[in-house]
Amino acid sequence: MIQLQGVEKKLGGQSVLKGVDLDIPTGKLTTVIGPSGEGKSVLLKHIIGLMKPDRGRVLVNGVDISRLSGKKLNEVRKQFAMLFQSAALFDSMTVFENVAFPLREKRLASEADARKMVEGILERVGLEGMGHKYPAELSGGMRKRAGLARALVMGPDIILFDEPTTGLDPLMAKTIHDLIVSMHRVFGFTAVMVSHEIPEIFGISDWVAMLKNGKIAAMAPSHDFQRLDNPIVQEFIAPGALMASVSP
Amino acid sequence: MRFIQYLGAWVLSLIEEMGKMFLFLLSAFAWLVRPPLRVKQIMKQIHFIGFKSSFVVVLTAVFTGMVLALQGYYSLRKFGSEALLGSAVSLSMIRELGPVLASLMVTARAGSAITAEIGLMRITEQIDALETMAINPLQYLITPKVVAAVLAVPLLVSIFDVVGITGGYVVGVKLLGVSAGSYWSSVESAVEWKDVYGGLLKGLSFGLIVSWVCCYKGYFTAMSAEGLGKATTEAVVLASVLILVWDYFLTSVLL
Repeated sequence: MIQLQGVEKKLGGQSVLKGVDLDIPTGKLTTVIGPSGEGKSVLLKHIIGLMKPDRGRVLVNGVDISRLSGKKLNEVRKQFAMLFQSAALFDSMTVFENVAFPLREKRLASEADARKMVEGILERVGLEGMGHKYPAELSGGMRKRAGLARALVMGPDIILFDEPTTGLDPLMAKTIHDLIVSMHRVFGFTAVMVSHEIPEIFGISDWVAMLKNGKIAAMAPSHDFQRLDNPIVQEFIAPGALMASVSP
Repeated sequence: MRFIQYLGAWVLSLIEEMGKMFLFLLSAFAWLVRPPLRVKQIMKQIHFIGFKSSFVVVLTAVFTGMVLALQGYYSLRKFGSEALLGSAVSLSMIRELGPVLASLMVTARAGSAITAEIGLMRITEQIDALETMAINPLQYLITPKVVAAVLAVPLLVSIFDVVGITGGYVVGVKLLGVSAGSYWSSVESAVEWKDVYGGLLKGLSFGLIVSWVCCYKGYFTAMSAEGLGKATTEAVVLASVLILVWDYFLTSVLL
């Protein structure tokens, strides 16, 4: 289980997280929503230790990773994978090399086994035959799928998704959502997703949490979230609230 | 009063930056002795920093040697010492121009590319991706570049010296009429072993400066296109200035 307890973070002198308390259920798909600029991506980076809180704790299966660094932090990170907003594929490597990268670096499989695993994963995400292409030759949706393949190839227990459908057309966004859900069903990992795709996320998530004013304003099972008697939630998820949340 | 306030703030931020740079270099060195040693990455970087810079280094060396011979001939002729042209060209090349100009060419070509590459990786979260895969970005990205530059730049300095002295020969002997025998014999009599290793030591330290500064600027670039452009410019300027400043101090020790 992942737990954030009283997490506070300031960036550039501004308070972004002001005491976040959040429990992420194991094996479930939890989506964090909220207005733009609230710190959802910052929250995600705390979970994997890319950022350290100014105050509070981040517990992963009981281990406080906010106090860890170096080898000990890397040991915890072996449970994780992350799909970044722009997929963060390595430009100088082909899709195949990108997906095989963690396997080769960690020497977890022979070259022949690694090849089979990579080709298998690429087929699952709908990128069979695309292994020879470079990231610059791929569309946005293909890059996300390649990033997802790289995240899945190590068989992680926890996958973090940072706005996986941002910048994609509605059809491709649905494809990516469906892919995440089907992979979640097959592999059973704990998923934490940051997304703006309302109302689509209610159909794919097990739990939904809302970050507002630097704190978790509400958290509930997906099917109950929309019926919450919480004015902050209702204002955000009502039609037009999404437009208001991204306007300057 | 305000001026003193600004001056104080500037000095403090400069000291903080220097400390951060020094810690960055120490971390890169610390990963040198921890496995995996990344020999493949180092070889790739030697190819990029060394081999791919050789054309521009050779080009610069040829024309530097030629113009040095041209200028040197007419200056020495005033004293009837044209026969010493070989020693003038070779000592200038080996002691100063070879290390400094070769390093400046590497800074302009490879150094700027290193800053841009690492900076772009920072902006597109590729460095964060490495960390999430439990791979230390300093060990994977920075250490191989530092090692490669320290190995490659002295080799480029040697190439520069040889090509530059040869360029001087072409102009001095073939165009200006200095005898080949006196050119090469003055080279042999003037150049000592301490000149050669002094030049190579400079090349080694300049290679460290280029890789250190350019990697640092790329690694800590601001997260915007403008920030990346600024980082690349600052890297080239800072590395070039540090090369010239360090050259003075090293020369004063070696002489």
